[in-house]
Amino acid sequence: MSVRRPLSRHERTIIVSGILCIVLTLIVMQLWLLTATMNAWLAGDETIIWPAAAASSTCFLLIAGLLAYLFRLD
Amino acid sequence: MALDIDPELHTIPPDRGEMADQPKWRRDFPIDSAQDAFVARRDFTKFLGLTSLAFVVGQFWIALQNVWRKRRGSLPLIAIAHLNDIPSNSFRPFYYPTPEDPAILVRFGTDEFLAFCTECTHLQCPVLPDVDKGQFHCPCHAGVFDMRSGRPLAGPPRRPLARISLKTQNSFIYATGIERGES
Repeated sequence: MSVRRPLSRHERTIIVSGILCIVLTLIVMQLWLLTATMNAWLAGDETIIWPAAAASSTCFLLIAGLLAYLFRLD
Repeated sequence: MALDIDPELHTIPPDRGEMADQPKWRRDFPIDSAQDAFVARRDFTKFLGLTSLAFVVGQFWIALQNVWRKRRGSLPLIAIAHLNDIPSNSFRPFYYPTPEDPAILVRFGTDEFLAFCTECTHLQCPVLPDVDKGQFHCPCHAGVFDMRSGRPLAGPPRRPLARISLKTQNSFIYATGIERGES
C-alpha cells in the first residue's frame, strides 16, 4: 500500500505559482471579453452579449475549480 | 542552543539559533522569504477569484441592460421642427428621446434631413457641427465625424454617432427612433 507523502512548502509554492499563471491568463481573457462586449454593445451589436457572458462564466468556473484545489492544498 | 524543529512547519533563523538571540528586525518579523512568497502568491491568487467574479457580474450587467433596453419598447414619436424652421445647409439642436439627450438636425440642400445624437462616442462630449465641411467636430479630443453617415473620420472615436431616424408628415419633421451603427 502506497502512502502519499505530504507536499513540501517548496512544492506547494511551485503549484501555487502555476495556478497563479493560469488564473492570470484567464483573468486577462475575461477583461478582454468585457471590453470587447461593451464596445460591441455600445455600437449596437447585440449578438455577442450572451456568448461572451457564457465564455466569461466558463473562465470563472475554471478559476473557481483551481481555487478549490488551492484551498485543499492548505 | 540550536533549534531542532521542522523547517517546513516553523520559521527558523538562518543560523538556527534561538529567536531571542536574533536581531530586533528579525524578531519583529520572524517570517522567512520562502514562507512569505508562498503566502503572498496564494492570497493573491485567491483575490483574483473575486476579480474574475466581478468580470462575470459585469458581463451579465451588460446582458441585463440589453434586456431592459428591449423591454422599454420603441422610442416616442416627437415633432422636432417645421420644414420652414431650418434654412438650407443649416442645423437645429433638439433633445431626443428625453430632455437630457441632446441631438442635432441638419438640413442639406432643400430636402435632405439628417439627425444625430450629439454625444461623442469617445467620452460623450457634445460634438459641434461644421456644415460647410460636412463634419461634426468634438472639441474635447479633436474627434471628427462625417456629417452624412456619422462615421468617425479622425481622432480617438471608433464608433459612429447614433443616428436618429426621421419622418416628415404635414410639413413637420418627426424623430421616430435611434439607429446605432456598426463599429
